[in-house]
Amino acid sequence: MNCGVGEGEGKRTGRKKGREMEMKMTIGMGEHDTGQALKVSGLTRIYGSSCPDCIRMTGPDHGTNICRVCGSVVACADISFDVMPGEILGIVGESGSGKSTIVRCLYFDMEPTCGEAYLRCYGKGNIFQVSSQEKQIIRNLYTGMVYQNPQLGLKFDITSGGNIAEKLLAANWRNVGRIRERAGELLERTEIPLARMDDYPRNFSGGMQQRVQIAKALANDPDVLLLDELTTGLDVSVQARILDLIKDIRRNTEAAMVLITHDLGVIRLLAERTIVLKNGRIVEAGLTDQILEDPQHEYTQLLVNSVL
Amino acid sequence: MTDKPTLAKTDRIIEKGYNFAFLDEFTKREIRRKILKAVAIPGYQVPFGSREMPLAKGWGTGGIQITLSIIGDTDILKVIDQGSDDSVNAVNIRNLVVRMTGAQTTEDTTKATIIQTRHRIPEEALRDEQIVVFQVPFPEPLRSIEPSEQVTRRMHARKDYSKMWLHLYEDIVKHGRITIGARYPVMINSRYLMDPSPIPRWDVPRLNQAPVLYLFCAGREKRIYAIAPHTSVEPLEFEDYAFEVEDFSGKICERCGSSDTFLDEMIDEITGSKKYFCSDTSFCDKRKKGGGT
Repeated sequence: MNCGVGEGEGKRTGRKKGREMEMKMTIGMGEHDTGQALKVSGLTRIYGSSCPDCIRMTGPDHGTNICRVCGSVVACADISFDVMPGEILGIVGESGSGKSTIVRCLYFDMEPTCGEAYLRCYGKGNIFQVSSQEKQIIRNLYTGMVYQNPQLGLKFDITSGGNIAEKLLAANWRNVGRIRERAGELLERTEIPLARMDDYPRNFSGGMQQRVQIAKALANDPDVLLLDELTTGLDVSVQARILDLIKDIRRNTEAAMVLITHDLGVIRLLAERTIVLKNGRIVEAGLTDQILEDPQHEYTQLLVNSVL
Repeated sequence: MTDKPTLAKTDRIIEKGYNFAFLDEFTKREIRRKILKAVAIPGYQVPFGSREMPLAKGWGTGGIQITLSIIGDTDILKVIDQGSDDSVNAVNIRNLVVRMTGAQTTEDTTKATIIQTRHRIPEEALRDEQIVVFQVPFPEPLRSIEPSEQVTRRMHARKDYSKMWLHLYEDIVKHGRITIGARYPVMINSRYLMDPSPIPRWDVPRLNQAPVLYLFCAGREKRIYAIAPHTSVEPLEFEDYAFEVEDFSGKICERCGSSDTFLDEMIDEITGSKKYFCSDTSFCDKRKKGGGT
């Protein structure tokens, strides 16, 4: 591992201010700096013992992601993509196609088997190879995550303001007044009444919980926002408001977003570019319009045609 | 008060049939090694093989193991419990050490070389050749917010204390202030979060950049940790909600008239009125003898 672990590790942790967009912008990716906010290459995650045949024996050509030789599950393999600042990249695919695995790896909820990922704002190389202390910093300062299930993204026994504060505290905010000001600002932006700031998310409706999650994810002005099925399971009118919120975030921030969904409607509305996943592999990638109007891969054709 | 008559220097009797200082030499050596590690990484909890002691767990088995491991026959020991030399626990620990080592004891903080304490730091200034040994019930500062040992260890490794900060934030939101009394979490050397054992907040500033070596030991939880001399110790605080010690303004000790020491509150059974006394009894005695403050 020669990815510069530890050189000047204290630099980030020692800082006192939470928001320093200008500073973030000036830090480049070094040799990987080609403008992408996020660049992923060769991301692979295998569950189980894994054997040399795993990759060869799985994928859309075999119609499975379970290796016939050793029984390991290849959740995703050789996933490469990049996202520009302010861009929304859609990832579609059926259940079990490896969509969530990708964002969970990027948010360090799980470790990839192999692969690389670079953030424009984080100049110390492959984020999968840095120390867990550094990962903690990347997770809290540079990325935000919205889970499909708010139980994963929120602490239900902590006030909604506290949930947002957690991110800010991790970024060394040490002034309660300013933390509450910022939390209020975010709640306002996500259309949650300020009066509910000191109320518990368990008392919120599903849509509101999702909006608190978004507020939390936005707390430190992340450069990359990971959205995992954020509208799934919500009723249509609530969905529409959440999608409006995402559009609003795109207008007002430079955050690159990775949007995971199996709902092509959401993709059509939000994503500029889309990748289609099947059995843990990318089967098609390109402009969203192109993919929806003129799908090339058999599976994408099936997907597009089966929209109600 | 003077030293107990049975403990007078002239007839020091070391109990027969026991190794010097009760513990066997290998045990003492292990504990000393763990102390060295703890001193080298201030605030880090070092696991050790806590032994069965002739004392119930929770009554100072950790403190006594450290004391017995570091004591020599020229040491002078002081044992206090909540500031008092005369509580049953303190007296029994002192008697045990004396019977096993023949060490001298004292109630005078300035004369002691080793001070074993439960929940207080003596009021008088400590010197660099002294060692303070704390009896610790709960060594893990994160335990109240995270029940899993595996997770708290990971949090320490990553210096991920946002959960503790969040706990303080929620405290402020709910109560308008930080309500932690004793066991106030402190950052040691800007690296490890540490539980200073249930000393009152009053004593927390005494830990910072102190000339003396502080050793902490939890017998039941099998952990040793330390604050090396001249180490920075910062209580967690917000810019707008600063750490505060207990406020005794307007109150003085009924015995010695002190107004600058940590006071215990007593309620007069007859009149029902509140009275205050120094928690550090030997210092109170000293001041009284010296004609008050």
